Amino acid sequence: MKLVVAVIRPEKVNDVLEALFRADVQGLTISRVKGHGGETERVETYRGTTVKMELSEKVRLEIGVSNHFVEPTISAIAAAARTGEVGDGKIFVLPVERIVRIRTGEVDQAAVTPVGVEPHPDRTPTAV
Amino acid sequence: MNAADTAWMLLSAALVLLMTPALAFFYGGLVRSKNALNTMMMSVSSLGFVGVAWALLGYSLSFAPGSPAVGGLSWAFLAGVGLDPGPAAATIPHLLFMAYQGTFAIVTAALISGAIVERMRFGPYLAFITLWSLLVYAPVAHWVWGGGFLATLGALDFAGGTVVHVNAGAAALVAAMVLGPRKDYARQAMLPHNVPFTILGAGLLWFGWFGFNGGSALAANKAAALAFVNSFLAPCATLLVWTLLDLARNRKATAVGAATGIVVGLVAITPAAGLVSPASALALGAIAAFPSYFAIVWRARTRLDDSLDVVAAHGLGGLVGALLTGVLAQASWGSPADGLLFGNPRQLLVQLVACLASVAWSGGVTFVLLKAIGALLPLRANPGDEGLGLDVSQHGEEAYTSGEGALLLLREPVALSPRVPVTPAVPSEVRS
Repeated sequence: MKLVVAVIRPEKVNDVLEALFRADVQGLTISRVKGHGGETERVETYRGTTVKMELSEKVRLEIGVSNHFVEPTISAIAAAARTGEVGDGKIFVLPVERIVRIRTGEVDQAAVTPVGVEPHPDRTPTAV
Repeated sequence: MNAADTAWMLLSAALVLLMTPALAFFYGGLVRSKNALNTMMMSVSSLGFVGVAWALLGYSLSFAPGSPAVGGLSWAFLAGVGLDPGPAAATIPHLLFMAYQGTFAIVTAALISGAIVERMRFGPYLAFITLWSLLVYAPVAHWVWGGGFLATLGALDFAGGTVVHVNAGAAALVAAMVLGPRKDYARQAMLPHNVPFTILGAGLLWFGWFGFNGGSALAANKAAALAFVNSFLAPCATLLVWTLLDLARNRKATAVGAATGIVVGLVAITPAAGLVSPASALALGAIAAFPSYFAIVWRARTRLDDSLDVVAAHGLGGLVGALLTGVLAQASWGSPADGLLFGNPRQLLVQLVACLASVAWSGGVTFVLLKAIGALLPLRANPGDEGLGLDVSQHGEEAYTSGEGALLLLREPVALSPRVPVTPAVPSEVRS
């Protein structure tokens, strides 16, 4: 099991969600964040005050996936979020120790398998 | 000169002027937050650009003595427009009449912006509405109100159904087609970012509309009272019907629907305001809800990205109002001519001719004007800027900033006076 964390452009969120759903990745959490990844700073002016916006609006996705879903998830995000300009974002893949589905008490792989879907036969413990 | 008339028209002009910032709130709430300022600026800047164009040329082209097609240039730069009454309104200062009519030109040009929000570059937009107010609004206003050919024909337009709403609606249709849909249109849901703004805008529009319709009597008289009451009753009926349609279709009464219903009712009663009975106003408002409601539902499924439904609300609402004026007008309530229902079927035909003339001129000239501006400057923001939002890309501002990550940029420190010492922006030593 892995936790895929992606930081992407807000205007690409819908494209990325669409790509993830096409790849059958269904469970995710998103949050609005601010960040800086080397993109050109914007200069804004409010009356006499001129400011350089160091932080840009970004959206962070957090997706807990079973092992065989890691690659499809990464490639869906990378393809849908790319514009080619600086500031497209990053994808981080983190090991996960344990997952619990609160409603049923299911753990680990069963907990990240969508309801109504047979768990994948690949049940090998995650190498951490 | 009449003091009561002058007082009422002073107030009315201020009320109509308020409609433009009200429209900014109405439209601003309906777009995504990254385009909120750009959308509001499209209305607000009309105050500056169309307002100045009106004083310099627009007023003369609309109301100065001229041909049946357009006014002359004798009142250009406000020459001869003074404090004595002018020919159009015998009891108020000529200058006040000019200002009152100017507020109409400003809001009419701003109405078009709803069709092209979230994608048009701001410079070409300013050029467009300024030239539009001179080349489209001024002639059409002259045709109907300035002694032009539609006035001669006997077209009834109490406060601007043909001149303002059908005119802006036709321009909006053409502008939406020339600009093309937003890049995310029909691919992603683009939801209103602040519905309370839209309700605030609708409320302020209604308030301002009492000056728009009530003031169109150009005097504090019975016609003003009738127009005022009808501008109260018709939107009530439209709002009621709109809510029932919402409930019937979706089992939920929506707030955006209510705000839209109010505006459609106001649009529809505008040409008829001082010409029909209050009972007719209620009927007119109720009937007007149907075409606009279903046009909005239908439009959203087409490729026509008239983003804020200017065509359905103003074009169609104005058309229905103008035609129903030809049906419901009553000489016994002060109309110069009766309508179809009161024994004068010809009036409906005259109303139709007036609407067609307005649609043809407005649509045609808008097309040529946008193509001409587009040949010199790109009309559309590039896809990257559209994705980022027009607030940042066109204005260098955001509607909702937290200030996080904003570094203060200070250029050369400016001394307020030679005796005030210049403090460096960042102290070289930090005192505890």
